[in-house]
Amino acid sequence: MDQYTLNLLVVGASFALYIGIAIWSRAGSTAEFYAANRGVHPVLNGMATAADWMSAASFISMAGLIAGVGYANSTYLMGWTGGYVLLALLLAPYLRKFGKYTVPQFIGDRFYSQGARLVAVICLIIISVTYVIGQMTGAGVAFSRFLEVEVSTGLWIASAVVFAYAVLGGMKGITYTQVAQYVVLIIAYTIPAIFISMQLTGNPLPWLGLFSTHTESGLPLLQKLDQVVTDLGFNAYTAQGSMLNMTLFTLSLMIGTAGLPHVIIRFFTVPKVSDARWSAGWALVFIALLYLTAPAVGAMARLNIIDTIFPNGPKAEAVLYEERPDWMKTWEVTGLLKFEDKNGDGRIQYYNDKAAGFTAQATERGWAGNELSINNDILVLANPEIAQLPGWVIGLIAAGGLAAALSTAAGLLLAISSSISHDLIKDWLVPGISEKNELMVARVAMAGAILVATLLGLHPPGFAAQTVALAFGLAAASIFPVLMMGIFSKRINSAGATIGMLVGLIVTCLYLFTYLGWFFIAGTNMLENVPANYLFGIPPAAFGPIGALLNFAAAYIVSMMTAAPPAHVQELVESIRVPRGAGQATGH
Amino acid sequence: MTDKSSNAYWAANIRVIYICLAIWAIVSYGFGILLRPMLSGIAVGGTDLGFWFAQQGSIVVFIALIFYYAMYMNKIDREFGVDEQ
Repeated sequence: MDQYTLNLLVVGASFALYIGIAIWSRAGSTAEFYAANRGVHPVLNGMATAADWMSAASFISMAGLIAGVGYANSTYLMGWTGGYVLLALLLAPYLRKFGKYTVPQFIGDRFYSQGARLVAVICLIIISVTYVIGQMTGAGVAFSRFLEVEVSTGLWIASAVVFAYAVLGGMKGITYTQVAQYVVLIIAYTIPAIFISMQLTGNPLPWLGLFSTHTESGLPLLQKLDQVVTDLGFNAYTAQGSMLNMTLFTLSLMIGTAGLPHVIIRFFTVPKVSDARWSAGWALVFIALLYLTAPAVGAMARLNIIDTIFPNGPKAEAVLYEERPDWMKTWEVTGLLKFEDKNGDGRIQYYNDKAAGFTAQATERGWAGNELSINNDILVLANPEIAQLPGWVIGLIAAGGLAAALSTAAGLLLAISSSISHDLIKDWLVPGISEKNELMVARVAMAGAILVATLLGLHPPGFAAQTVALAFGLAAASIFPVLMMGIFSKRINSAGATIGMLVGLIVTCLYLFTYLGWFFIAGTNMLENVPANYLFGIPPAAFGPIGALLNFAAAYIVSMMTAAPPAHVQELVESIRVPRGAGQATGH
Repeated sequence: MTDKSSNAYWAANIRVIYICLAIWAIVSYGFGILLRPMLSGIAVGGTDLGFWFAQQGSIVVFIALIFYYAMYMNKIDREFGVDEQ
């Protein structure tokens, strides 16, 4: 059986599993649809939350970004896990006590204002659509590879599948489907990592393999890696990064995590306030299973790629293009891996042609520039092929990547459509809307969001994980500060919160659009996206904490200048601070 | 519950949040990023301790922090009589 058929079979089987579970569990629980989490063991709920949370960015893209840069991209690892500490300590238990279903609802009630709720809906839509662009990018890469088509075709296929998947509806809400997706995703991620760790270090645990000895050279793996990358003019893998940028970017991802509407929602519906704290812990345990493996995947893949291109070490001749391995041929079809024979010697020279100190050596060896470009987003998916693992492992990783992208995309689309149909239309613009029409609006909103995300995904503002990181910056700047102030301060009033959110959102959006194009439309940026142009050297993706700071400051100043919130709101804040008396979560 | 014990409960909660967030910041922003050069003398499998904290160590500490907080809060919820019955 050829690889193409095998991929289709494995991916098809995983889809059949999700649909099967959805049908099986829906039969008995239609009435409890909205309370899908209730009665589910906290450990299973943690798995489901982990599947919801880990998207194409975590699965497909992150290890590739770490591989490309090394230590300096540890920010993704710390940032996307540390946010759960903030969630568990600062938000989840109190929002659960409040007992409603959507983030704009909490903001509307706590700040006793329809205007604040409306602004929250706008923030939610902008954050979620940006996030979906990243998912589409990742799913597009996965489809283009396993269907062996061009990447833009893969993107359209992904958009059709996401549409069918999200409109099938309920599937997203069923915890057991997500548990299945988590299981597929984590197996798909871990198995190739174990194989590769065994090959390179003899240690079956990739977490430890990263810090073990490289069998072939007898050196520690990371030292060996530092050596081969610097031999090709790249920065050492473990080299220091910019402290300011790393700190701000990590902070942006952490507070962004705690401000993402579709993540917060997970904690609204757990049975008890104390469960909200435990759930965050269990979710992080399951997330960590992937995140502790990811740095090993990145480092080992980087070593394997260089080893493929320079079979006798970077000091010797590179491989002939005619003799390149099959995985390169299949990825060339997608356009995500490109070879250009600049010096016409028929060999693939892969090195850092931007390093000033390396040009002399490159010229001496007759190299006329780097000849191979590898898109970071293909690395995890190509990893099993690079390591020459069995065909079923290659199919499995495609299935895992799609599970990650689809589960998160569906969750985001549901958050977008429900906030438009519910917060915007039903509770505000057209109060008397029929249930049928409300559903119609929800579907149209979903289709619209997919279309926008797909069009923008054709020329994405970055690799999947980078685009997703922008969504975190926006969430950090807009939603997180008002939620936190709403719980920890009784003095912040509706004017303060509304203006705070607007300031955080608008300033952050303007900063992003300046470098990445208006509404992320390629080519409309006012300044070139290079470090020399950045304000204080802060890259757009690391701007979230600055936006959050402005949000906090604006909300505080405006609140101090205007009247304190009414007594009933101050009592509401008192009541959400203690667990006792938490009822069931209600929709209205 | 009286106002007084309610204030004491909230103060106890804020205190433990401060402690946990201090540890949270030290392992990630401290050991993982800003203090890495200071820790570079401590070798861990071919690299240094700061690298390990940035790529794995901080994640392990985050998990421990959340479980500690959940257990601690369960305890004081009961002590102050504000737990869910």
